[in-house]
Amino acid sequence: MTMALSQAALFEAKAEKASARRNRLLSLPALIVIGIFGVLPLLIILVYSFLQAAPYGGVQWKFSTDAYLNFLFQQDIFDDTLQFTPDFLIIYLRSFLFAVVTTVICLLLGFPTAYFMATRTPAQRNWWVLLITIPFWSNLLVRTLAIMFIIRDEGLINNLLIGLGVIDKPITMLYTNFAIQLGLLYSFLPFMILPLYASLEKLDFRLVEAANDLYATRRQVLWRVIIPLSLPGIIAGCLLVFIPALGAYVTPLILGGGIHLMIGDLIAQQFGSGRNWPLGCAQALILMAAVLVALYFYVRTTSGKIQHG
Amino acid sequence: MADPRNVDIKDQPGFRTIAIICVAVLYVPILILMIFSFNTGSLVTHWEGVGLNWYGTALLNEEFHNAAENTLIISVSATIVSTICATLAAIGMTRVKPWRGLPAAFMVINLPLMVPEIITAVATLSFFALIAGAFGLNFGIGNLILAHTVFCIPFAYMPIRARLEDMDLTLEYAAADLYATPWHAFRRITLPLLVPGIMSGAALAFIVSFDDFTITQLVAGPGQTTLPLYIWNQIRRPMTPEINAISTILLLVSILFVSVSFLIARRRAK
Repeated sequence: MTMALSQAALFEAKAEKASARRNRLLSLPALIVIGIFGVLPLLIILVYSFLQAAPYGGVQWKFSTDAYLNFLFQQDIFDDTLQFTPDFLIIYLRSFLFAVVTTVICLLLGFPTAYFMATRTPAQRNWWVLLITIPFWSNLLVRTLAIMFIIRDEGLINNLLIGLGVIDKPITMLYTNFAIQLGLLYSFLPFMILPLYASLEKLDFRLVEAANDLYATRRQVLWRVIIPLSLPGIIAGCLLVFIPALGAYVTPLILGGGIHLMIGDLIAQQFGSGRNWPLGCAQALILMAAVLVALYFYVRTTSGKIQHG
Repeated sequence: MADPRNVDIKDQPGFRTIAIICVAVLYVPILILMIFSFNTGSLVTHWEGVGLNWYGTALLNEEFHNAAENTLIISVSATIVSTICATLAAIGMTRVKPWRGLPAAFMVINLPLMVPEIITAVATLSFFALIAGAFGLNFGIGNLILAHTVFCIPFAYMPIRARLEDMDLTLEYAAADLYATPWHAFRRITLPLLVPGIMSGAALAFIVSFDDFTITQLVAGPGQTTLPLYIWNQIRRPMTPEINAISTILLLVSILFVSVSFLIARRRAK
């Protein structure tokens, strides 16, 4: 009897182990697809960045560090010496600045919005979330186009101001840094609101009441209770805005008119008109390095938060 | 929890105004674009009257047909493949005891979300150029389907995994107690409960593929124009309100699929 039981248990344990192993294997198709068509290409651009550019695009299989040297230096056509050219560096710094300003303004607008959403009744909350979710998933190209229509010389704002007699010549807004900044804010605002909302929704508002009972003012409650408790959401939101804003491609392409480049357009240019694939790969990897630094700080801060409870 | 007497404590002054401004800022440009798609005039900015003639022009345009056809072939294929992969992966990564490679597997699945799109785009382009050069392999439109499948997987994965994690396991245990085999329990209990998550995930996968511009633009070969690429080609010519009509169609497709995904996901909460 006992032996039969233990045998049955043993059999069951074995079957369970086998099924657990089978279940594990279910993740293989996804891992293979992303591995081959997502991870492997990243390794290929790493290799490409150390090759020589072929004259009409593509690469020549000769080892070279030209791509990385070209990032900072340009060969003098007369005496072959390397001269420091900060052009690419300036584009990287500009993009960084754009991304930081975007993140800060999105946070300043997104936090109050997310907090307001989180303090509604559950039914109202659903509507607000849907309202923010729709632009989040809407076509970025089309949304950027919508901004372009509004800020063009013959766009709505200029027509309106001229019609009202405020100005008599249209203000040039399109193809300026202002246009790019506006476009980035518009594109990424939902990316800030949604993660902030997700974290604020879970906030224990009894703590707010407790603080209130202990004579904290509203402002004190906000700065000393709500914001510290929602810090993981704030960091997640900032990252979700910062990373795509840094590598933005569509926004500067359309609203900057190809004159005001950001990193994304610079990279794409090397694969198009620039015909210098290794340089494009090197530029992409330098961007990737910046993203990894941001992710590293994210992991460090959030895991720190969990440890503190 | 939501005690009406305490609402004023939770409220922060000015937050309502900012929330309303944010929503207005998000919607006004889209609405203006949509309104101008009904303009009968031939200038993008000059209003002449209400009519659907630009929708007619767009729908009769052969280039638009080709683009729509390509878009649907690519996004439907990418949605099916990525949803299957994501569903299997979600089961394989929630219904198991933690194994050593689990965090790494999780990272791989979510990788496409963390890499900036332009990097994915040039990397995929380099990859296909390499296998075309080395093996003479070119999958044609399959290149785009494969590229899209990669970044659709994490979007399909998220709602499916969320649903699996929320699922009440007692039903499965009950089925097992009633002598259901694991496969039986899965097919009769787990899978039906999982269907809303799978549909929600598929809807999201479809939108991200349908709307993708950056990766498609870099990877697409000649003749592989999708709707976003078609819009991009239009921008560079003298513009007509046809572009507003096509843009509005794209927006409406997104809104439809987001709402469906959202409503399905909501139903579970009840």
